[in-house]
Amino acid sequence: MGTSNRRGRAPSPEAVAGNGLLNRRALLGQGIALAGAIGVGGATGAAAEPLKDESWSLAFGEITPALQAPSRFEKNVTRALSNPEGEFRNSHARTPHQLLNGTVTPNSLHFSINHCGIPDIDPAKHKLVIHGMVRQPLEFTLETLSRYPLVTRPHFVECAGNSAGMFSNEPIQTTAGLLHGLVSNSEWTGVPLSTLLDEAGIDPKAKWLVAEGGDAQHLDRSIPVKKAYDDALVAIYQNGERLMPGNGYPMRLLVPGYQGNMNVKFLHRLKAVDQPAYTYFETKNYSQILPGGKTWRFHFLMEVKSFITFPSFGQHLKEPGFYAISGVAYSGAGRIARVMVSADGGKSWGEAALQGPVHDKAFTRFVMPWRWDGGPAVLQSRAWDEAGNVQPLRAEFVAMRGETKKPVPSPLAFPNQHYNSITSWGISDKGEIAHVYA
Amino acid sequence: MSMRKTVGATLLAVALGAVAVSAQSPSSKSPSLGRPISEADIQNWDIAVLPNGVGLPTGQGTPQEGATIYAQKCSSCHGVDGKGGVAPFYPALVGGAPLTSGIETTKTIANYYAYATTVFDYVRRAMPYNAPRSLTDHEVYALTAYILSLNKLIGENDTMDAQTLPKVKMPNRDNFIMPYPDRI
Repeated sequence: MGTSNRRGRAPSPEAVAGNGLLNRRALLGQGIALAGAIGVGGATGAAAEPLKDESWSLAFGEITPALQAPSRFEKNVTRALSNPEGEFRNSHARTPHQLLNGTVTPNSLHFSINHCGIPDIDPAKHKLVIHGMVRQPLEFTLETLSRYPLVTRPHFVECAGNSAGMFSNEPIQTTAGLLHGLVSNSEWTGVPLSTLLDEAGIDPKAKWLVAEGGDAQHLDRSIPVKKAYDDALVAIYQNGERLMPGNGYPMRLLVPGYQGNMNVKFLHRLKAVDQPAYTYFETKNYSQILPGGKTWRFHFLMEVKSFITFPSFGQHLKEPGFYAISGVAYSGAGRIARVMVSADGGKSWGEAALQGPVHDKAFTRFVMPWRWDGGPAVLQSRAWDEAGNVQPLRAEFVAMRGETKKPVPSPLAFPNQHYNSITSWGISDKGEIAHVYA
Repeated sequence: MSMRKTVGATLLAVALGAVAVSAQSPSSKSPSLGRPISEADIQNWDIAVLPNGVGLPTGQGTPQEGATIYAQKCSSCHGVDGKGGVAPFYPALVGGAPLTSGIETTKTIANYYAYATTVFDYVRRAMPYNAPRSLTDHEVYALTAYILSLNKLIGENDTMDAQTLPKVKMPNRDNFIMPYPDRI
């Protein structure tokens, strides 16, 4: 890409871009020179002290429990809630990306949005019917679906309103989780929807499925049959265990890479029809106003995106030296092909390492070695997918999609949707981290 | 029904060495565990309404009838005359700024919805918030008529039913763009 700078600006042979970004090969420990580059400005703490046994090494521990929970020292690793007082309205829980690593979101931390509470569904009584323009309407249960040959695939699910706070005309000072926590990534196991549609004998004239949940709003969305036959699943397991109630127990539709709301939870009905239903959610919430007043509907696709989770807002760099910048990248249009990282607010870019395997429509973690010199820095990431789509720079995005007239007071608000531009973390010379636009 | 024929063909193919393995053919892959059910038995769940009116039930209602029901079952959240204001998260049902006001403009029935059938469908499936599916179809028609009338989208005496509701012209209907038409 034009703005990358692998040679000219580099202060040492190992630098790939300005302000201390190092060649990603450094992560593989290749070469003495690379090791040296990492070593410069390394840990400067006090000398080590003689070791002694701690109390936990001198006493019998806890008995192994049936269902294990995280260490008491990890009690702050929780989802951020939009409705902590339990008011009679919708409720959201956001994944704390700044506290996680890898690519799998633990089930207890998967994001969840419920417009009318989480239903308490008895799996023995739950039914899924497929009907409408089919040869033979059919009814399935969790028990029967569990007998099918199941497939397992990692996929992200992202609310179309994820990162909505980024539409604010001034950067909201908050964490990666509060800004981007309405996306999570799981290994989903389920029955290919095409298998069930074939069994019911779908009419070739049926172009849409009205997918409906068994919650109190009977939430429904129109799904193209084309997507159903491409890669949709009726998911019945999430990271190896049954779905979490807030993620659709006992079964949900999974339409990989499409708006989270289309992945209808508590799935109990699929009606094959010849036109979209213009349901409430596709009419209102998950349709977008563009600058000038035109509107987008049936947007479907969650476009290529990335954000840095470390270092990020709420964290603090204690001393100059080596850091592995890390974050997640994903695209609803396929696999991640490349992630570039900048430490100087986009003046120069270096290519990050991707932790493989890189999956289709799934989180890919990227890592970029960086030697912080203790001065101001602005960290950014930018992703490309295998289809050639590139994450837009903020100026490009705002020109196309607009921003609010006034600052958005809370990251919980939804001034608009489908934000996939870049996120910038500003590092001060004290190691403090702010959310900035650059 | 075609199972036997397919299996026979597969066996023949294997015998001839023409294809690799039979287990991957579509028909043998499907366990066919779905239990047949009649549309009549699905009827109680079959509440999806399409913009052309398919799925609308029998029944009818007027704005005047709807006003009475609204006062009893809706105004505690959506406010008097649909003006909202009871709590920030319960939306007003009347009015709406022009969409040229900004990308964060509040989307309303009058400034945003493409089809009036969406109002009927959502009220029937989800309202009242504390007692979904408790309204009769007549009540849903009446409430839909009342809300559309408040927004001057129909006349004060217009009756809404399966024939009239799909014909209501919504102001924003032709203002939509589909970003990915090839995905349908």
